[in-house]
Amino acid sequence: MKEFGEKAFVSGNEAVALGVRLAKPHVIAAYPITPQTTVVERLAEMVEDGSLAAEYMHVESEHSALSAVMGASAVGARTFTATSSQGLLYMAECLHYASGGRFPIVMMNANRSLALPWNIYGDQRDSLSLLDCGWIQFYVEDAQEALDMVLQAYAVAEHPEVLTPVMVNLDGFVLTHTYELVDLPPQAEVDEFLPPFQATNKMDLAKPVNMGFTATPADYMEFKYQQHQGILRAAQVLADTDRAFARRFGRSYNGMVDTYRCEDADTVLVTLGSVCGTVRVVVDQLRESGHRVGLLKLRCLRPFPAAELRTLLANAKAVGVLEKNISLGYEGTVFTNVASALARDAKAPLLLNFVAGLGGRDISKQDISQMFTQLFDARQNSPEQRTIFVNLQVETNEQRLEQVHHG
Amino acid sequence: MSSVLNKSITVKSLDPREYFYGHKACAGCGGSLAVRLALKVLGERTFTAVPAGCMAAVGFIYPQLAFASNAIISTFPGTASMMSGIAAGVRALGIPDCHVVGFAGDGGTADIGLQALSGAIDRHDRIIYICYDNEAYMNTGVQKSGLTPFGARTSTTPAGQRVRGSVTRKKNMFEVVAAHGIDYAATASVGYPQDFLNKVNKAKSVNGTSYIHVFAPCPTGWGAETDLSIELGKEVVDCGLWYLAEYEDEQFRLNRNPKEFTPIQSYLEKQTRFRHLLPEDVEHITRERDRRWARIRKSWL
Repeated sequence: MKEFGEKAFVSGNEAVALGVRLAKPHVIAAYPITPQTTVVERLAEMVEDGSLAAEYMHVESEHSALSAVMGASAVGARTFTATSSQGLLYMAECLHYASGGRFPIVMMNANRSLALPWNIYGDQRDSLSLLDCGWIQFYVEDAQEALDMVLQAYAVAEHPEVLTPVMVNLDGFVLTHTYELVDLPPQAEVDEFLPPFQATNKMDLAKPVNMGFTATPADYMEFKYQQHQGILRAAQVLADTDRAFARRFGRSYNGMVDTYRCEDADTVLVTLGSVCGTVRVVVDQLRESGHRVGLLKLRCLRPFPAAELRTLLANAKAVGVLEKNISLGYEGTVFTNVASALARDAKAPLLLNFVAGLGGRDISKQDISQMFTQLFDARQNSPEQRTIFVNLQVETNEQRLEQVHHG
Repeated sequence: MSSVLNKSITVKSLDPREYFYGHKACAGCGGSLAVRLALKVLGERTFTAVPAGCMAAVGFIYPQLAFASNAIISTFPGTASMMSGIAAGVRALGIPDCHVVGFAGDGGTADIGLQALSGAIDRHDRIIYICYDNEAYMNTGVQKSGLTPFGARTSTTPAGQRVRGSVTRKKNMFEVVAAHGIDYAATASVGYPQDFLNKVNKAKSVNGTSYIHVFAPCPTGWGAETDLSIELGKEVVDCGLWYLAEYEDEQFRLNRNPKEFTPIQSYLEKQTRFRHLLPEDVEHITRERDRRWARIRKSWL
């Protein structure tokens, strides 16, 4: 990890570790899984060299990692852990537990495909299949945004009106292992932006409490309602946090969504994560040939920016949703969410769902260009199929079968 | 944290305050008695974790919360990992002179919680893990756990013509934790309360992980009279089906070595869970007991 002055040339994972160091958590629980591993390796080195004064716990599983940081959070500690894929699934019980307990944990997740078949490369089926676990979910595009959103994540999670854990998602390998130059915010400035955690909800020796209790049908719904309100309030808190961040550090991410050349666009691709960078390039190319296209980048999936989508896509005629995910048996989860938001509008645009990059398959500029072409075509002739698997090899196989039959 | 050796503790000198009361455990519940006694030894500066299980079900239903000191329900597999996290938070925040204790049942310890317990011991986290062993998953209605003894009828090991109750032997948790090189481990029984109090008291000053495995009769699950819990907790030790021992400084030590065992049959017949056993089953249980004690007496005295 190369740090020089206020800059560092680091991978996405290392940017996360630097963000965590700046946030000064009290307790870190670490369990390795590809491609998250270098996050916890760098943090171990920081604790060893004294640049990070945290309790570093070598836990025995992801379930224990999240269980341990819940325990630490319950006595008022700022906490961090990180995971990916199977590890995130192994945490599933604790994910709901942490949000229900209102523990403001920050966790990095390296988005990776799920077994079976085994595959270590990036897609978003891990976190998206756990979208309902009550966590705030951020998706970042590059290393700088990863570092910055770790800091913003703590500010949002620990806000007394929110008290909800945050998952910061980075695309496995494409982002976690790609090296970029990032600005390192000065520690003194970060300390002012993110003061020490003052837990309002904790086990206190001066004022003992019983936490993590059982609630009967007479009370359970009220707790869930309050939790729902807390995560909804995160939208405004995130917007405020981003403004405060921009004032101090000069970088703004516009809260839950960001747009690129969307203002007059009639055809918009909605997506999330690292592929946004590639989409920007294709948008520029298509703009040069006179197409009014744009990119809408979803930065936060929970809470979901439904109102923002309706406003920003009000004039779009066709909208594509590109995601490295499929809810098997239906359609992409991101697409379902976008379609649900737009369905409230009588003039909903034509919608296509592009399922791409599963198991780490490359998404090229040509693929994205082809998606826009399909959106242009769809405006002329409504397609039968809304969910399109991009770059699928099945047709090739079918052709081969045909050759066998005829040969 | 407290480096001063704790003074000996007796029932008379015990903290008169109650830290676990107003709960709705069954009459004669050995587990809730173990929780009550241990919390009195540990005092008010204590953080307690209990997993989803009997103690959570009987003492932790909003708004009737039965712990007078700080307490939290953990996930079922996560008692020890949550305790470890509490201990790490306490260290990081510099909270002085306090204890982190957990009370998990036999299933929560020997089965689903074993991974987390193993990790905590390996890290020598400063926690006191107390397993109250009532020999089955009682909260869900008496299903077999890894600590259910041979021959016991449970709702998942019915006593029929072909199989007569549980066919597995009780996992040897005491030696499992000892094999980790744990800082302090002990077995106890609610039938010998002074011994249990002493062991919790000793665990208070251990600078590392303590594990206390306390035998805790469950009249509801065992089909025993509710006024027999203490007697059963005593008799199980006297007949040699349980033992009182400690492990520290890499040495085992037997605390009680009965010259002569009381009859096993007398212990078994007080519980309907053993009612179906044939003489050959009791002989098998006796042989297993004698084999164990031969080993214990050879190396733990």
